[in-house]
Amino acid sequence: MSDRLPGFSTLAVHAGAQPDPTTGARATPIYQTTSFVFNDADHAASLFGLQAFGNIYTRIGNPTNAVLEERVAALEGGTAALAVASGHAAQVVVLQQLLQPGDEFIAARKLYGGSINQFTHAFKSFGWNVVWADPDDIASFERAVTPRTKAIFIESIANPGGSITDIEAISTVAAKAGVPLIVDNTLASPYLIRPIDHGADIVVHSLTKFLGGHGNSLGGIIVDAGTFDWSTGGKYPMLSEPRPEYHGIRLQETFGNFAFAIACRVLGLRDLGPALSPFNAFMILTGIETLPLRMQKHCDNAKAVAEFLAGHPAVASVSYAGLASDKYNRLARKYAPKGAGAVFTFSLKGGYDAGVNLVSKLQLFSHLANVGDTRSLVIHPASTTHSQLDDAAKVKSGAGPDVVRLSIGIEDKEDLIADLEQALGA
Amino acid sequence: MNHDAYPDNYIRGILNSVKSIAMVGASPVNVRPSYFAFKYLAQRGYDMIPINPGHVGKDLLGKPFVASLRDIGRPVDMIDIFRNSSHIMPVVEEALALDPLPKVVWMQLGARDDAAAEKAEAAGIKVVMNRCPKIEYGRLSSEISWMGVNSRTLSSKRAPAPTQGMRLSLNRMSVGGGDTAASDRAAKNKSEQS
Repeated sequence: MSDRLPGFSTLAVHAGAQPDPTTGARATPIYQTTSFVFNDADHAASLFGLQAFGNIYTRIGNPTNAVLEERVAALEGGTAALAVASGHAAQVVVLQQLLQPGDEFIAARKLYGGSINQFTHAFKSFGWNVVWADPDDIASFERAVTPRTKAIFIESIANPGGSITDIEAISTVAAKAGVPLIVDNTLASPYLIRPIDHGADIVVHSLTKFLGGHGNSLGGIIVDAGTFDWSTGGKYPMLSEPRPEYHGIRLQETFGNFAFAIACRVLGLRDLGPALSPFNAFMILTGIETLPLRMQKHCDNAKAVAEFLAGHPAVASVSYAGLASDKYNRLARKYAPKGAGAVFTFSLKGGYDAGVNLVSKLQLFSHLANVGDTRSLVIHPASTTHSQLDDAAKVKSGAGPDVVRLSIGIEDKEDLIADLEQALGA
Repeated sequence: MNHDAYPDNYIRGILNSVKSIAMVGASPVNVRPSYFAFKYLAQRGYDMIPINPGHVGKDLLGKPFVASLRDIGRPVDMIDIFRNSSHIMPVVEEALALDPLPKVVWMQLGARDDAAAEKAEAAGIKVVMNRCPKIEYGRLSSEISWMGVNSRTLSSKRAPAPTQGMRLSLNRMSVGGGDTAASDRAAKNKSEQS
């Protein structure tokens, strides 16, 4: 009962989970049900009016998903979280709370290719206008701020090149502009970087990657840092104004420092519908229990593989922030001292053809479009994840035609190096 | 007391020890936060007294409205103030005139008056500001976890399924004192600017 802060690994195993009240089950049960009975009409009305704690319908909340939400909120140091069907769904739900048609948000140019597409095309049809900035040039974020700016979006470790973003510097720009900083922490996971400690107001994840960690279940999550004041100036009416959907409740007034997570649930998830399956939540929770062990191994392996590649005569360059010679090594040492992640790129002296040849010769690395699996993965971003971008945008996002991306797994590093060596040597 | 971040044991001690709570600004309108906080605390076994001079003669969930603290006519353990920060001081002054004194003055989420807090503490009264007792009860019992909220508590014990009218154990292991560090810092900056 003492107010003692347990360590990260303890939280990864315990946060949010307790023995099931009904059965005593110690593992978190999969509550595979669409809906939950009410005690009586008054209880039902209280739940629908957001006046009581409890479950209604799995599109709005589910006890298995709730354990996952509390666990990730605890690991990230946030006040609350909301699990959704995918990382992409998390981004839609977050921005729906912040932007009205005609508004803008600033996004770092170095992002997962799927996010670049989503922001450029899908969100344009909602009237949400993305303005790009360069994470290597903090002043470019300041220059992009206008009266219509409602948020800034960055990745902590950027896909595909594994570069490290200066979260604190960009959070200063966001604070000055009076807008929340959203950080996609997928490639770092909270084991390596906790963006809230560096000024993030909202953290999003694709749970599909390192948090779930086994390449078997899609999921996304939104973490509310509880740091942003939504009440000023009527800039964020979803949070500050009376909501007609809920008899005039003002979410910030009612829910205080976790109002954003509640808005995402009761205005976003409820009405847009991208609910996470409780089965996927269970699989991801099981993955999170070993996150600290896996993530350290991922990073240690990645560093060994990057060092091997950097010394190989067929390799032109390696972009891995964990290498002492890397441009982002200073930021890596500041933000991710335990390791610079396990997703990075390298380019071959033989260019595009050598890259294609390498991918086809690898025996252990799997050629597929995912990262953050126990297995080591390889892909050629220019022809896959970043293929919708034009050539200039490919280069700017770190996915030029000669670039190969690796996601290093938790196999024995000697076997990964041997596989690369045979594929490069032939 | 550091009013930027309360240790869980401080909040837990208050919620475990008080029995009667007078809620100043309790509303009969069933979509107002004061209404559903009142209802929740009554369901969790607290002896609730609604204070609102505009509704004397009516009752709130079976409890008759009382015009002011001095009209309660019996000792009360805690005053829960559902008013804006600018209306706190007169309520605290009224509370300080009670005999016996209340043990706790609690100001709702969004409400904070450091001068009023100092006065109450000088009289030996415990003070909580900018918190909701419903949220804190739900957090420390982990009942609020159903909404994805970080309760900042852990337990390997099997808890009973909460039913209507049940008091819940608040004695789980705390992950950290009061609010999380980042949200505390933000609240502190806000109160310093205002």
